[in-house]
Amino acid sequence: MSDITRLIIVAVGGQGNLLASSVLGEAALLAGIPLRMSEIHGMAQRGGVVESALVFGNAQSTIISDGEADVLLGFEPSETLRALNKCNARTVVITNLSPLPPFTVAIGKGVYPDIGELQQIIREKTARLIAMNAVDLAKTAGNVLSVNMVLLGALIQTGILPVTADHVITAIRTKTKAAFVDINTRAFDLGVEAALRQ
Amino acid sequence: MHKLLTDQPGATMVLLGNEAIARGAIEAGVAVATTYPGTPSSEISLNFFQISQESSLYFEYSTNEKVSLEVAAATANAGVRSMCVMKHVGMNVAADALMTLAYVGVKGGLIILTADDPFMFSSQNEQDNRYYGKLSGLPILEPSSVEEAKNMIPYAFELSESLQEPVIFRTTTRINHSTAPVTLGPIRERVCKGDFAKDPFNYVTVPAVSRKLHVKLLANLEKAAEQTETSPYNFVSGSGSWGIICNGVSYAYITDAVRDLGIHDKVKILRIGFSHPMPQKMIKTFLGSCEKVLVVEEGEPYMEEAIKAFAQEAGLTLPINGKGKDLFSRLYEFNPRLVRQVVAGYFGVSCQVEPIVDLSNVPEIPQRPPNLCAGCSHRATFYAVKKAAEGLATIYPTDIGCYTLGFLPPLGMGDFLICMGSSVGTSCGFSKVTDKKVVSFIGDSTFFHSGIPGLVNAIFNNHNFTFVILDNGITAMTGHQPNPGVDMSLMKLQGYGRISIEAVVRALGVPHISVIQPYKVKKSIEALREAFSFKGVSVVIAQEMCTLYAKGFKKTKSRAYYVSDKCRNHRDCISQLACPAFFLEEEKVKINPTMCDGCAVCAQICPENAILPVKS
Ligand code: SF4
Ligand code: SF4
Repeated sequence: MSDITRLIIVAVGGQGNLLASSVLGEAALLAGIPLRMSEIHGMAQRGGVVESALVFGNAQSTIISDGEADVLLGFEPSETLRALNKCNARTVVITNLSPLPPFTVAIGKGVYPDIGELQQIIREKTARLIAMNAVDLAKTAGNVLSVNMVLLGALIQTGILPVTADHVITAIRTKTKAAFVDINTRAFDLGVEAALRQ
Repeated sequence: MHKLLTDQPGATMVLLGNEAIARGAIEAGVAVATTYPGTPSSEISLNFFQISQESSLYFEYSTNEKVSLEVAAATANAGVRSMCVMKHVGMNVAADALMTLAYVGVKGGLIILTADDPFMFSSQNEQDNRYYGKLSGLPILEPSSVEEAKNMIPYAFELSESLQEPVIFRTTTRINHSTAPVTLGPIRERVCKGDFAKDPFNYVTVPAVSRKLHVKLLANLEKAAEQTETSPYNFVSGSGSWGIICNGVSYAYITDAVRDLGIHDKVKILRIGFSHPMPQKMIKTFLGSCEKVLVVEEGEPYMEEAIKAFAQEAGLTLPINGKGKDLFSRLYEFNPRLVRQVVAGYFGVSCQVEPIVDLSNVPEIPQRPPNLCAGCSHRATFYAVKKAAEGLATIYPTDIGCYTLGFLPPLGMGDFLICMGSSVGTSCGFSKVTDKKVVSFIGDSTFFHSGIPGLVNAIFNNHNFTFVILDNGITAMTGHQPNPGVDMSLMKLQGYGRISIEAVVRALGVPHISVIQPYKVKKSIEALREAFSFKGVSVVIAQEMCTLYAKGFKKTKSRAYYVSDKCRNHRDCISQLACPAFFLEEEKVKINPTMCDGCAVCAQICPENAILPVKS
């Protein structure tokens, strides 16, 4: 299974994770790496969870079983925690720390997990946790919507995926709107730096 | 130009399964495409819709799947290549047309695409539509990957034309919603005009004609049985005395499992892509060369039953298994790990599985169910119904659309649902045998799809309930497709009719009709109360455009609302409306101004009048 890398991305509808997947798809094409993806959006536009599976390398399956992700990228901390069933002891987890509490919390049906404890749990069960406030970094880059690019930067910095930063930057240029390319690449770089510091 | 019209044979494009299918149809020169939208098939039609706006392809969103198939049955019988797209449960609606269309057959190629949904990611059941092949006598093709889905479509058209029968093309969610690189093929020229030669003794299915046509269908099935034996989509790979027979996405999981388990020199795989009729001779030969065989198929034991029957005929006694304890389930979808483990267990090879992290000390994470959008008019209508029904014992039959989500707390509007249009039919039954007030909900698209016959029934048989039609001017849930009540000029499209739901309801003779604007809370409650007290069928039409759809047209966003310091923390707004724009900050209710749609419903129900528009 060594030439195959399995990445799970979880997000809340509207967080820009579909664009992140499509940038990675383009980058894989540039790198000449086979990539298959699948997506399940439980009514994403209505605030549900979106889960994408990306399988790099010569596998035929487009989904990733429980315990078999090499990398888990979470756009929202409680969703990262919820997706922990996809991980094993070797999995690298990258998460945004800025919460988007589900509506059930507001109506008293559940308590949002403590961010510190959440990180502690993930850290103790997996190989590595890279955690950052991607919303703050996106704002620094110039657009709060570039959270996806920040997280892509952190993901690529780990070196686990068989695509390089150059491939991804080129893909960002072709896949994102011209007016946002500078902000997006800046956000990507901030993500790389943030991951480097951890 | 639409990307799926790219005329560059040999070029590679990363496509969603549904785009690959649409591209396959374009390469095959499809000239007519019809559909009723339904996940997981919706993007196929969306691409056809877009392509039809810049090419000679004729595409339509039909009223329902049955009509959609009838349209395509006629165009195909006029010799034009046609395709009819639906989700799996749509086949049940189309089945009346399907069963006898199989007798009549086609002249030009016709593909009927059914998108099955194992695990029910977005469906009310997970029926296995391969049985429609058996039931109707029509051939079934099933791709195992995105690339194959594209390549199989031109093949399906040729098969259909050679047999003069429609071909059922069955996908599952993981084909429709997976993405992979696809190599483009050449595009065949589209032939849009055909002709229909009268031949009533072969086309008008009175008993004497049908008796003859059934003979023809069986003869065609015989021909299909020959073709399935030599089809490139049924093939054997590998060698060894263990056998695996699989179809669809299971083939991908099997390919990976055999590699991961290092047993490629021990197993042969028979991949079935042409699954009705099953390739009998091929399977018998395969079984004859195996010691034991595992059948890997999601859903029902459709292949397993056939294979066991073939083994019996061939006098073979080898173990053949598929569904069962420690093997595969008829429930839900498969995944690579599950398939790997079952294969290892069945053939007795060791399988290393990476343990899943221990989840025992992970705190409970609050659920994140989908919710009606901020400002969705359905929320306003549900609230008004709840208020108007206070003190009444009620039953709320509901229907299929975004508004189905109204069954969740705190709205709790939805007590019974079985299929498209069932709200009104079941209302007739509930109101007959209970003493409760029955109030049912249906959306505009579902009303046109299959709500009208139920309403006709209610009037004729003089039932007693209130039928609330949630007319938000679009088919929202599946991604904002048109329906017969939609103003198509909003999409800048000409040449469409438009049907007024109110006029239909009036024409049916509904004795009590009211039209409400759900954002006007008090007036809506009053109108609903009046409707509820009427003995007989009362219809309330709630008119307000889907706010998510309307955002596409609005030049300026409506003013958001905020919670002023008059708030005394009753939290009626949160606990009764559950608009997702609300959140709590230091135990105080706040409104997220970017999410708030300015519908002002919360402002109208706040007992302190504390919710006010943001001053510009
Ligand atoms: S898409 Fe439209 S109908 Fe559906 S929940 Fe959102 S506003 Fe309501
Ligand atoms: S006005 Fe109130 S109910 Fe309407 S969208 Fe805004 S917060 Fe939600």
